[in-house]
Amino acid sequence: MLNDQDRIFTNLYGFEDWHLDGARKRGQWSGTKGFVDQGRDWIIEQLKGSGLRGRGGAGFPTGLKMSFMPKASDNGRAHYLVVNADESEPGTCKDREILRHDPQLLIEGCLIACRAMDAHHCYIYVRGEYITERLHLEQAVREAYEAKLIGKDNVHGWDFELGVHHGAGAYICGEETALLESLEGKKGMPRLKPPFPANMGLYGAPTTVNNVETIAVVPEILRRGANWFAGLGRPNNTGTKLFCISGHVERPCTVEEEMGITFRELVEKHCGGVRGGWDNLLAVIPGGSSVPLIPHWECDDLNMDFDTLREKRSGLGTAAVIVMDKSTDIIKAIARLSHFYKHESCGQCTPCREGTGWMWRVMERLVEGRADKREIDQLLDVTKRIEGHTICALGDAAAWPVQGLIRHFRPEIEKRIEGYQAAHPAPVPMAAE
Amino acid sequence: MAVRRLASEQPASFEFTPENLAWAKGKIADYPEGRQASAVIPILWRAQEQHNGWLPEPAIRVVADMLGMPYIRVLEIATFYTMFQLQPVGTVAHVNVCGTTPCMLRGSEDIIRICKKRIAQHAFELSPDGRFSWEEVECAGACVNAPMVQIGAETYEDLTEDTFNALLDTLASGGTPTPGPQSARKASEPITGATSLTTPLRYAVAAAAEAPADAAPEADVNPSTPAASDQSAARPSGHNRTEVEVTRATGEAPSKAADVAPAPKTDGRLADTPEEAAKQKPAEPSTEALAKPTPPAAPQKVETVAPQETVAPQETAAPQEVETVASEVPDSAAAARADELGTRPAAVAEGDVTADDLQKISGIGPVIRKTLNALGIYTYAQIAAWTPQNKAWVDGYLAFKGRIDREKWVEQAADLAAGGKEEG
Repeated sequence: MLNDQDRIFTNLYGFEDWHLDGARKRGQWSGTKGFVDQGRDWIIEQLKGSGLRGRGGAGFPTGLKMSFMPKASDNGRAHYLVVNADESEPGTCKDREILRHDPQLLIEGCLIACRAMDAHHCYIYVRGEYITERLHLEQAVREAYEAKLIGKDNVHGWDFELGVHHGAGAYICGEETALLESLEGKKGMPRLKPPFPANMGLYGAPTTVNNVETIAVVPEILRRGANWFAGLGRPNNTGTKLFCISGHVERPCTVEEEMGITFRELVEKHCGGVRGGWDNLLAVIPGGSSVPLIPHWECDDLNMDFDTLREKRSGLGTAAVIVMDKSTDIIKAIARLSHFYKHESCGQCTPCREGTGWMWRVMERLVEGRADKREIDQLLDVTKRIEGHTICALGDAAAWPVQGLIRHFRPEIEKRIEGYQAAHPAPVPMAAE
Repeated sequence: MAVRRLASEQPASFEFTPENLAWAKGKIADYPEGRQASAVIPILWRAQEQHNGWLPEPAIRVVADMLGMPYIRVLEIATFYTMFQLQPVGTVAHVNVCGTTPCMLRGSEDIIRICKKRIAQHAFELSPDGRFSWEEVECAGACVNAPMVQIGAETYEDLTEDTFNALLDTLASGGTPTPGPQSARKASEPITGATSLTTPLRYAVAAAAEAPADAAPEADVNPSTPAASDQSAARPSGHNRTEVEVTRATGEAPSKAADVAPAPKTDGRLADTPEEAAKQKPAEPSTEALAKPTPPAAPQKVETVAPQETVAPQETAAPQEVETVASEVPDSAAAARADELGTRPAAVAEGDVTADDLQKISGIGPVIRKTLNALGIYTYAQIAAWTPQNKAWVDGYLAFKGRIDREKWVEQAADLAAGGKEEG
């Protein structure tokens, strides 16, 4: 288990003061000028050395991503950092804790990340539902401005303007180009890539979009050294990670743990175990609603990291662990996710707009068993026709949970169909007179 | 995708209040010249807040004119983003119930059933008196505190059927429910107490000691530097969960008060720049303070740093800990501390009176009830008769920081004693 000394989010639960003074007591904003003065290449090297991978779901190496930003140009074209605080993935509530309890860590990270990409402007896009969280963040930004930590002619010698923006309840705005569209005052419909945001992002300027957690860990990585971060976790899956464990555990909670901790240790150390004991586990969705579930028989030595979970044909995603015990109607649980994607599809691409609704309607029938067995294969076929045929990954995200269900629980679905058919015998076909 | 249309009945006009207009102008200035359209969502949201929680068509035109956008573009925004309510909503509360899988697994369907029964059969339908409405929303991002509802700016988490009913009662009677988890925890920690971050304020003393290292950022600041280990030697072990958590629970400093009490600014606060750091002296005062046990501080003093943040929270984790971790807490020290603050209310013996169900008082759970019983308090009448000194004493004893007043225990008890209906 991770020692408290190695935890980055020292005020995760809000037991301490979240204001600037409290943040400074916890060591934030110390040595920041030194990091900024070291310059762009040094910061990127440190991040590459630390092995930090994006915490928003895809796990792309952060240092590499930042290095894609073009060098500052003479023609005065602005560069932007946009922080994705549109945390809407079902199961995920980690950024919320950072925004409301440790906002200075995020602001400090923004400054350093902006230095690493020659940007002087940053926007933090907070999801519309996080109102209290946004008020905390806005207050923290004001405090940082007043203390001259950010702003024009600040103590760090890197002019830096930070704006807090918010959405109004659209899951799709967590997709980076949809987020940029929304930030520009449009409907959140994803853009075709290329051009990638690093070349043409916000207002047509080079932009990098990073997750809150990714940016918030940057200052501590620099303070404690890339080697410290790289020494935690497993090869290629380094550092610490916020896990949100929800669903059927005794004590759901958010906790910072080492990457690669086993699922069982995570749940038993922090959550009091699966409700009704380990043997009562049915399945787990290890990374937010978008990743396929993992059935209990694969959970015994499950390392919670990007690579292991990908081998299991699932993913770490946002590390939102949704635990389901044997009392769960697994078909219904996944059908509810299908409803979520149907509701949140932006409507731009036909396979997703029509397909998500189609999948949901079939899933609803499967919950009752009011279907034919051949429809399971038909459903699987439809998911494959959505996956990879849309502009953004929402289509994939909608398809994967259903695929995961069919892959692991097909007998369960078949049993339900048989049960329904037994209770509702088909009328005997008669020739039309 | 959802089909969303404007309400059929619309007000004739919409105008921002002067304050909101000034706020909107400031918001527009947050974005670069010519990019004022960026401000459309925040300004529409402000319009909705001003207009009883729903967005009328004239407001869409006003905002479009303000930002120099075609009306259709702003209409698109209003219909695309589902937090914009296009129909009138309940004047007291529009309840957003999260129904997505993590909440569903923990009982959001029961919450929705209550909404259907008590508010209206269908989502977006106004209750008969027009004061309430509800809808099922998609994941609102408080999954470890499921099930939850959001009403206005506040979230109410860890709901059960009872607490949700109580919440609606409070709103119906014009009260303001306490936001956050409706259970014995402050935020997203495990409900029986944190399993991590139990070593208090790692940096409070380490900060100044490590400052010289910070001055040279390329140096690897290892958490296990001598400075760090000195410091851990001087305070209660981080693994000693009981003591640490009881500390948190009672809000009282344990044997070594300096761990919890805010260190003097020069110690705890870090220098902004390496130059400043170099000027700053190492943290002798705080190390000294650590080594030397100081008398326990009164809870009020301990918490001076964050008046806003510490209002409701501590109490939530507290009672649970009190019972599960250490049975003698609140201990004699608590009584001594409380004696400084007020006078102990008169006790009665259990057999002498008919005990009332103190848990009917909103804010009193099973653990606090037991503690009160242990103090010889069994009836509504007793609580209703508390003087300000009595309240201060109990408040100090339970390390509540004003919760008794905030939750109006005395008033509630008086109502209950008079046979009234409990509030919330």
